[in-house]
Amino acid sequence: MTTTSTTDPIILAEGLTKAFGSSPGRFRRRRTTDGGFTAVDGIDLRIAPGELVGYIGPNGAGKSTTIKMLTGILTPTSGLLRVAGFEPQRDRVRLARRIGVVFGQRTTLWWDLPLKDSFTLLQRLYRIPPDRFGENLAYYTAALDLGEFLDRPVRQLSLGQRMRGDITAALLHDPAVVYLDEPTIGLDVVSKHAVREFLSDLNQRTGTTILLTTHDIADIERLCSRVVAIDHGRVTYDGSIDDLRADRDLETVVRELYLGRSLVDTTE
Amino acid sequence: MRVYLTAVRLSLRRYLAYRSSAAAGAFTNTVFGCIRAFVLMALWKQKPEIGGWDLADAVTYAFLTQGLLAPMGVFMTSTELGPRIRTGDVAVDLYRPVDFQTWWLSLDLGRALGGGLLRTVPPVLFGALLFPVRLPSSPLRWTEFAVCCALGYLISFGLRYLASLAAFWTMDERGMSSILVALGMFCSGLIIPLSVVPGALGTVLLHTPWAGIMQMPINVLLGTQSGGVGYALAFGTFWAVLLLAAGRMLTDVARHKVVVQGG
Amino acid sequence: MADTTTEPDDRPLWGPTAYLLLVRIWMRAASQYRVSLLLTTVAQLFTTCLDLIAILVIYSHVRTIGGFTLPETLYLYGTTRLAFAVSDALASGVENLATMIRLGNFDLVLIRPVSSLAQVLADQFTPKRFGKLAAPVLTLGWAIDALPLHWTAAKAAVAIGTVVCGLVLYCALWVLTGCISFIAVDAQEVANSFTYGSENATEYPLSIFGRPLGLALTFVLPVAFVTWQPSLYVLGHPDPFGLPEFLRFASPAAAAVLSGLAALAWRACIRHYRSTGS
Repeated sequence: MTTTSTTDPIILAEGLTKAFGSSPGRFRRRRTTDGGFTAVDGIDLRIAPGELVGYIGPNGAGKSTTIKMLTGILTPTSGLLRVAGFEPQRDRVRLARRIGVVFGQRTTLWWDLPLKDSFTLLQRLYRIPPDRFGENLAYYTAALDLGEFLDRPVRQLSLGQRMRGDITAALLHDPAVVYLDEPTIGLDVVSKHAVREFLSDLNQRTGTTILLTTHDIADIERLCSRVVAIDHGRVTYDGSIDDLRADRDLETVVRELYLGRSLVDTTE
Repeated sequence: MRVYLTAVRLSLRRYLAYRSSAAAGAFTNTVFGCIRAFVLMALWKQKPEIGGWDLADAVTYAFLTQGLLAPMGVFMTSTELGPRIRTGDVAVDLYRPVDFQTWWLSLDLGRALGGGLLRTVPPVLFGALLFPVRLPSSPLRWTEFAVCCALGYLISFGLRYLASLAAFWTMDERGMSSILVALGMFCSGLIIPLSVVPGALGTVLLHTPWAGIMQMPINVLLGTQSGGVGYALAFGTFWAVLLLAAGRMLTDVARHKVVVQGG
Repeated sequence: MADTTTEPDDRPLWGPTAYLLLVRIWMRAASQYRVSLLLTTVAQLFTTCLDLIAILVIYSHVRTIGGFTLPETLYLYGTTRLAFAVSDALASGVENLATMIRLGNFDLVLIRPVSSLAQVLADQFTPKRFGKLAAPVLTLGWAIDALPLHWTAAKAAVAIGTVVCGLVLYCALWVLTGCISFIAVDAQEVANSFTYGSENATEYPLSIFGRPLGLALTFVLPVAFVTWQPSLYVLGHPDPFGLPEFLRFASPAAAAVLSGLAALAWRACIRHYRSTGS
């Protein structure tokens, strides 16, 4: 295990690659319908503790595949990957205690049970000390305004309420890194605003590293000091949002990104 | 009429799209056909004739029931209607300008035809290759069998449709349906041929609607139906008409209930 | 609260503890639908009786099947059914694996700091599964009472060991067949051949399947060790296949080997898991 000092990146990827269908895995010998394609093709990434990074790119660019490797869900085909000093897939269980994940389109909460029950279960699963759990729950209940629906079954919550519940669920164990996959998708304007303010505050207050994928330009504009863009599994832009903006307005840039055009020429 | 045929076709096509799933099902049907065949063979080796069947009849029965299982929906908890009632989506269906019962029959028929195409032949063929399966060669016999199967299918649909409708009152049809499946597994002769069951229980079992789903069509095919083909046809028609009529009546009651509550 | 510098306690929650925690929460979720739960429990109870009725029907025609009397067969039925019912209660969460993978919910399993297997086994746990216990317990009681057996300490130990090893063997089978879902997500029904199929086959004396298949069920898919081999010893019955005596006591070894294989297979599947969708 590599020792982490403050100067080391908390997320480090070198030549990170994930190929589907053509990997030498025993199960993948047969030709699959989506036959051999490289979802992530040699990504280099260094993210320092406390950064808030927007990870953007068109659909199918490899965003989700990257996040799934960073969380240990998928095994990389090749390349080096360290998150908080761990090799995600191998140290999946230990890494899980140090990361939080929010999937905008999926809930990690127990559908038929009151929201609070999910939190108490997570306390046990993540072995959160009781006093720390109490403090955190009180804090997030106030910050995300959960009070009125803590005792309501999750299936009865609105999308915005559920998202706030999911964000809390991902943070109760004080993760050092948080991945948010489309956290504002489908939310109304008020909820979107609340989620953004909360994330910005979280990042500044606790120094939690945040990696955010989104299709919402306003999310990036409001939150991210740095943007990493990916297309066809390759990093096409990595820099500050100000540099991006210096050249042209952000909206055009992002729109181009989602159409899948490379940014490299336009920023040089 | 055309809308129903389209419903059948679309539903069939959807079933055929999941070919590997059907292949997995056919494999499992074949394995269970073998297990049942071995059990029945052990019985018939000790007693060469039971209820007018010899060993070949019994083995044929084991594989045919496994082949008919999928199209007849013996393991199916209900129709796809049940979950739609639970979630409330049914309101949309009730206002569609089609006959509600026929609509669901069409959708289920497409599934049954798909099951018949992909899952009936493999277990029977496997049995015919490796076991003493005996199938008749007379085309008339097969036609009679097909007609009896059609009636058996209508009975099966009738029962499952009624179970789904129960969701209008209990709001959750799963409990009802699971009891119906358990009953159906036994009363249709899947576990043990009904003609082998002795005494009063055997007599009762031969008169429930489930007897018309698999046991009677197979009896007709093997030429061992007591009372002949005519009896099997009359029996099947009686239960199919009765169950479909009951379903029709209950649909009206349910519709009334939804309209009243929905207002 | 900005205490991200404190390293969390690195010991993950012990698998069985996590399993019990999850079982409790799923049970609480299931009890939200009381009427359905009650009816499905009754259905389960009834379903397990069906095979029993079939056995009784068969023995209404003949005195022995494959050389075994009714109480002997009921002893086989009782032990295998009991082991299966408990394994079903404990481990049949695996049956939801295909759906979990298809809907992408297996990703969520992998981001939690507890054993993925514990989470999958506990998935959708419902108390209705206990409905399957009644029939085998009662049958076993009756069979033991009706058997003209001279019980010794050794026989009693083997009888108890039969159920325990059978239970472990079935759990290993659940996990192994669960792995099918990783390879071909829509081939889940094949798994039923091995789980429910094994259970069905072992309710009867293995001798009815003939020598080649009987040997395959001993050495390839080792379900003969669920009840058949140890029960031959308990019932004092010679082996119709003439296999060596020590196999009567080989169930623990078979259970250990199959569990080891299941653990290896599971690990390989997690490593090669390809998450679906976006």
